[in-house]
Order: sequence, then structure tokens, then C-alpha cells
Amino acid sequence: MNYGPLIFLAAFFALATSWFGMVLTPHAQVGHLQPTNTVPDGLTYPVGRAGLARQGLDVYRANGCEYCHSQQVRQTGMVCDVLLTDAGTNQPAVIQKLLKLVPEASEASLKEKLASLPQPIKEHIGRSEAEALVKALAVGDVKAELWVVPVGPDISRGWGRRRTVAEDFLYDYPYMPGSQRVGPDLADVGARLPDVSWQLRHLYAPTVDVKGSPMPPYRYLFAKQKSEHGGSPEALTNLGDHAPPTGYEIVPRAEAKALVAYLLSLRANEALFDAPFTVPSAPATNAAPGTATNAAPVTATNAPAPAK
Amino acid sequence: MAEVSSFAEIDAYSRVPLLVLLVSAAVWLFIGSAFAFIASLKFHMPGFLADCSFLTYGRVRPAFTNSFLYGFCVQGGLGVAIWLFIRLGRNCIVQPGLLTLGASLWNLGLTAGVIGILSGDSTGFETLEIPGYASLMLFVAYAVIGVLGLLSLHQRVERGLYVSLWFIVAAVFWFPWIYSTAQLLLLKFPVRGVTQAVIAWWYANNLQMVWLGLVGLGLAFYFAPKLANRQLPSHYLAMFAFWTLILFATWGGIPNSAPVPAWLPALSTAGTVLLLIPIIAVSLSFWPVLGKLGPDASTPLRFIRVGVLLFVLAELLQVVSSLLPVSQVTDLTWFVPGRSLLFSYGFFAMILFGAIYSIMPTLFAGERLCPHLARAHYWLALGGIVLGLLPLTFGGIIQGLQIRHAGVPFMDVVKTQLMVIRISTLGDLCFLAGHGVFLVNVVALVQRFYKAKAATVFADATAEIKPVELRP
Repeated sequence: MNYGPLIFLAAFFALATSWFGMVLTPHAQVGHLQPTNTVPDGLTYPVGRAGLARQGLDVYRANGCEYCHSQQVRQTGMVCDVLLTDAGTNQPAVIQKLLKLVPEASEASLKEKLASLPQPIKEHIGRSEAEALVKALAVGDVKAELWVVPVGPDISRGWGRRRTVAEDFLYDYPYMPGSQRVGPDLADVGARLPDVSWQLRHLYAPTVDVKGSPMPPYRYLFAKQKSEHGGSPEALTNLGDHAPPTGYEIVPRAEAKALVAYLLSLRANEALFDAPFTVPSAPATNAAPGTATNAAPVTATNAPAPAK
Repeated sequence: MAEVSSFAEIDAYSRVPLLVLLVSAAVWLFIGSAFAFIASLKFHMPGFLADCSFLTYGRVRPAFTNSFLYGFCVQGGLGVAIWLFIRLGRNCIVQPGLLTLGASLWNLGLTAGVIGILSGDSTGFETLEIPGYASLMLFVAYAVIGVLGLLSLHQRVERGLYVSLWFIVAAVFWFPWIYSTAQLLLLKFPVRGVTQAVIAWWYANNLQMVWLGLVGLGLAFYFAPKLANRQLPSHYLAMFAFWTLILFATWGGIPNSAPVPAWLPALSTAGTVLLLIPIIAVSLSFWPVLGKLGPDASTPLRFIRVGVLLFVLAELLQVVSSLLPVSQVTDLTWFVPGRSLLFSYGFFAMILFGAIYSIMPTLFAGERLCPHLARAHYWLALGGIVLGLLPLTFGGIIQGLQIRHAGVPFMDVVKTQLMVIRISTLGDLCFLAGHGVFLVNVVALVQRFYKAKAATVFADATAEIKPVELRP
């Protein structure tokens, strides 16, 4: 008997299963992903990149930035911090209570903390422990909050506040996740290094700001021109050893400006339902007693704290 | 074509298209390793050739991978595969002229593609950087080569289907499927957001692990027993390796760190772990054939032995690094390209070298390749793997451990990888030299053959014409 067609069909089927599993199904699921909302503000996320940043993505692609820079922030887990936001009127009682709940704290350090609230009372603990602590603390006029904090080496390095999720790159074409980290991750670089002149200088001469950087200089994205009429406002400054001769200046070409616009638009840092974290409502020093939040935000908050 | 039974006649009839495929493959290999060497030098001197946008690192690197994968691996693999079709089937190539045209179109498309990448037209998807205008040519060229190859197989005189052919035929069919899927969903009608990355990873895995895996093993299953003059222990074991490979290898490739729904990397990991089954089957198949070879083993056989060994090593590394705790260290480091090159170079290219070395003399009857140059190439390739690929792979693990440790400043991580890459530059130099030797050896053989042929033709043409005595 001729088994040829049978073998052919079986092999065809074996290969085809991966096409159904890894192409068709993801396309049906992730391919129809819709914009989501930030939590708890409910703002639409993501919004498409602006025109110049969109052009910058093409510069990023054309020059192969993705061979050295990833855009995937990884997260190993999530922990909770408990913050005391309002110690109420009977502070000695609060200190006594805290000494019982957090045995490792000393009375002096607690007193110091209570002087400038809000202050973390216990950090990096599990969800149930944190919830119990908040419940035990927040009695009467004492207020405590539970903060959700993503953790992981990438986050400790400051490469992002949370892991990247599919929504972050919804409108990008092409999406370049990168496969290596010769340089740092760029998923959140716009929030980390928002200075345009730093970015331009770093593209022109990477070693000026980062000593020992192996990044190649992208001088072809810039033009050297005679400095006229007091110099261009766009001219690069603080170039150190890489400064042009006197009478000349370095100005970014359109590609460099677009690329920097794209880099600054990389901000995968909104709290989302599937990647939650708590955003501090206000800097610690500005929070006067009595204006702190009255409800413990369990997932995330960007909103100004509601007044009592 | 009428049935021809003499191998010499078959080879003579099929010589030109195979010559175009194999010599172009050798040329692309050399060009590719020159790009790799330039890219590697940039880690010693970041400013080297930096003012020329064509030669910036982010363009030279994909130019290397594409020249190597599509120029050498796929083209050379197709050339040897078609030779195997006609050798095992004892028939001639169908339409050798058209096949030559297809091979030329492949090279034209690839040239356009690499120039496109260097001028900034890369698509941005790794291993699929060749821009749309060039990939259309590649697709048409592949279709011509593939269809003519399969028609040649269909017309075989020897009807039995040796197990090697299973591997190769499946690969020949699989490439147009994955390539058209990737082209349509990534370039023509692009899908949304991260789905692009999922499809790009699926394609890259299926090209490198499945296409190269199938063709490389197919060639090894033919050449290893033949050159070692030993028998495969069991054809059923080889078939078992075939079925498990196509079932499981096709699922891999989605990294655990990817911002995609968790079931995708989980499924991918499950498929990759099951690869242990074909790895064991392949090891058991080749151990009796390639184990304990004497010191007098021929150079092609040595190439194939290293290739099979690195198949097992690279696949095992792939299995281990797909597990979540390991991948958290190895993902996004030099381990990834190191392991992938251990497979595509250490396994596939080494087997292809062995195959090309052993078919060139039969294809060009009467001429032989210089054995000294072949041996030099073997040692240079081995040196390249040891100095170039192993440091990347294992240095990547150190790099990954340092990245995981947030207390290590990032510049220290950079210093670690620079040390590793600088060692691997020596490996790149070995590769470049080895490929130069390979190219010279192949081209010199072709040149000698045609010179001798031209001399015969010239002698025939200028021979004294003896007057024929006419009988009254």
C-alpha cells in the first residue's frame, strides 16, 4: 500500500497545529485588543503617539536600536506597603499600638516618622498581612493606606514602575520588543530621562554623559554648521571633548528630533487593571495632617486625595 | 526527462543550477561573516565606521543574520537537498534552466534585501528584516526552486522514500507557509500591537529551529551513515524523531518575559520541553554511527559529527532556557543570540559544510577539493565556535545573573558583556578566515573544472582534421 499521501497529510496536520495555536488564536485574542482605562482615573489608555514620535519610531527601526535595547520591563511579583497617613490626635497611643504591631520598630524612629506623615510603617509584605495591619491601625481618627508595589530587578533598576503589558504597544507598528539588553530597557525611558537636550547629546556623543558607554555615536543624525546670529537655539550644549571648533555648532537633523520625540513618548507607566500599582497622591512633605485620604486605596490612585 | 541511470550523467545534467545555489551560498557566507566581524569590532571601537549610516551597528547586524540565514543556510540547504532528491531518486532535475533562473532570482532578491537593510528599510522584525519589495522576489524564487525540486522528486526512478527525504520535503513545504504568514500579517496587513511580536517570534522559531532543524537532520541522516560507512540503528527511530520534531519544535520561541497573555509563553515552554523526546531519539540514532570514529575520519564526516553534537547541545540549552526560572536569567542577554547561532551555525552550517564537501567532487567529476584547505576550514570553524559562540552563550548567563541583581550597577553589566563580546571577536575572525578558505576552495574547484572542460572543447575544436579516405 502507498502510505505517501497519508504521511503527507499527517505531517501537514502536525505542522498546521502550531499555526492555529500560535498565529490564528493569538490573532483572534490579542489581535483584537482594545484600549483600556487607567485605574482608577478611567482615562483611555493608550493614546496613539504624536506625529513626530511616530516618525521617530521609524528612525528607531531604520537604525536597528532594537538590537541593543529591549522594551519589556519584567516584574517578579507584587508586594504591599502600609503607610500611616494620619496619626490622629492621640499620638502616644498610636506609637504604643505600632510598637505592638511592628515589633522591630523603635520608639524614637516612630516618633520621628509621626512628625512628617505619611510614612511607611511596614514595607514589602504580603497582601493579607498588609490588609490586617491597615485594619488594625485605622481605628478612630487614625488613617492608614495600603500601597501596591510591583517588584523585580528591572523595577529596582528604575527601568519602569510596573511590568509592560500588551496595551502599552497597542498602536505601535512595528512593535520592537528587542531580544537583548546591551543597553538599558527603554519601555519607560521617556519618564526616566525626559530631558530633550540630554537625549540629543546622548545620541550625538554617548560617552559625554555615560562614561564607558559602548553605544555608537549617531553623528549622522546631526549637522555641523557655522554658528551665525548668536547660534541656533537647537545647538547641542555641554559636549565636552566632542564640542565642535569655535564658530561652529552641532544641530539635530529632523531624524534626531523625531527619534528623541519617540524616546520621550515611551512611557509605559500608567497603572492599569492588569498591571496595578499605587501612585503616591502627593509628595510626602506637602501632606499636611487632616488633608490625607480617607479611604485606603487598594489598587491605584493618581487622583488628588479627596478632602474630608 | 528520460530515465537516466548513470550518476555521472545525472550530475552533468543538473550541474549548473546546483552550482549557482552552492557557490552563491559560499559567497553570501563570506559576505555575512564580514558583516559579523564589522559588527563585532564596533564593541571595541564604538566610533568605528559610525559616521556612515549604512554601516551603523543596528544595520550591519541584521545584514549579517539575513546574509547568513537566507544566503547561506536556506540557499545552500536547498542546493544540497535538491542534489539529494536526484541522487536518491536516480533521476535528473526537472527544468534545470528554470531552476537556475529561480536561484538567480533568490540572489537578486537577497541582494536587494541586504542593500535595503543597510539603507534603513529594515522591517524591524528580527530574522524578517528584509523589506517587502525584496521579500516578494525571495518568495517567488523559493516557489520556483521548491516546486522544481519537488517535481524532480516526484519523477524519481527509485521509488522508495529514504527517511532523509521526509525531513527535507516537510521543510520545503513548511517555508512558504511560515514566510507567507509572516509577510501577510506583519507587512501587508499588519496585525495590532504585540501580536506582531508573537507572529515574528513564531516565524523566527519555525525558520531556525524547524526549517534548519529538519533540513540539517535530513542531510545528517543521509551523509553520516554514508561517510562513516555504518548503518543507522533503526529507521523507525529516525521517523519517530521526525514526527516528534514537527509536533513539538513548531511551538517554541515565545520568551517568558514577553508582554503577552501568559498562556502563550506557557504553551511555548511546554512544546519546547517536549523537544526532549526528539533530542533523545536523534542522540540514539547517531551515537552508533558517529560515536568512536577513528582518527582517520574524513573532514566532511568530522564536520557532520560536530554538527550533530551541537544539535543536541543547542536543543538542550533551548529546553533548559525555556523554563521560567532559567529564562528570567537568560532572556534578553547574549545567551539568546549565542544559543541561536550554536544551532544555526554549530549544527546546521557545520552539517551543510560536510555535505557540500562531499558532493562537490561528485558534482564536478574528476576534480577534487583541496583536503588541506578543507581541514583548515574545519579547524577555523571549530575555533570560531569555541571562541565566538560558547563565550556568548555562557557569558550571557553571567550577564543575566548580573542584570537580575539590582545591586550591580548597569555599567558593570555592560563591562561584563564587553569582555565577552571582545573574546568573541576572535571567533568572528576565525569564521571570516574559515569562510574565505571555503570560498576559495569551492571557487577554485569550479574554475579548474571549467578550465579543463574549456581545454577539452578547445582541443576538440582545434584538432587537426584528418582527411577521411574516401573509398572509391
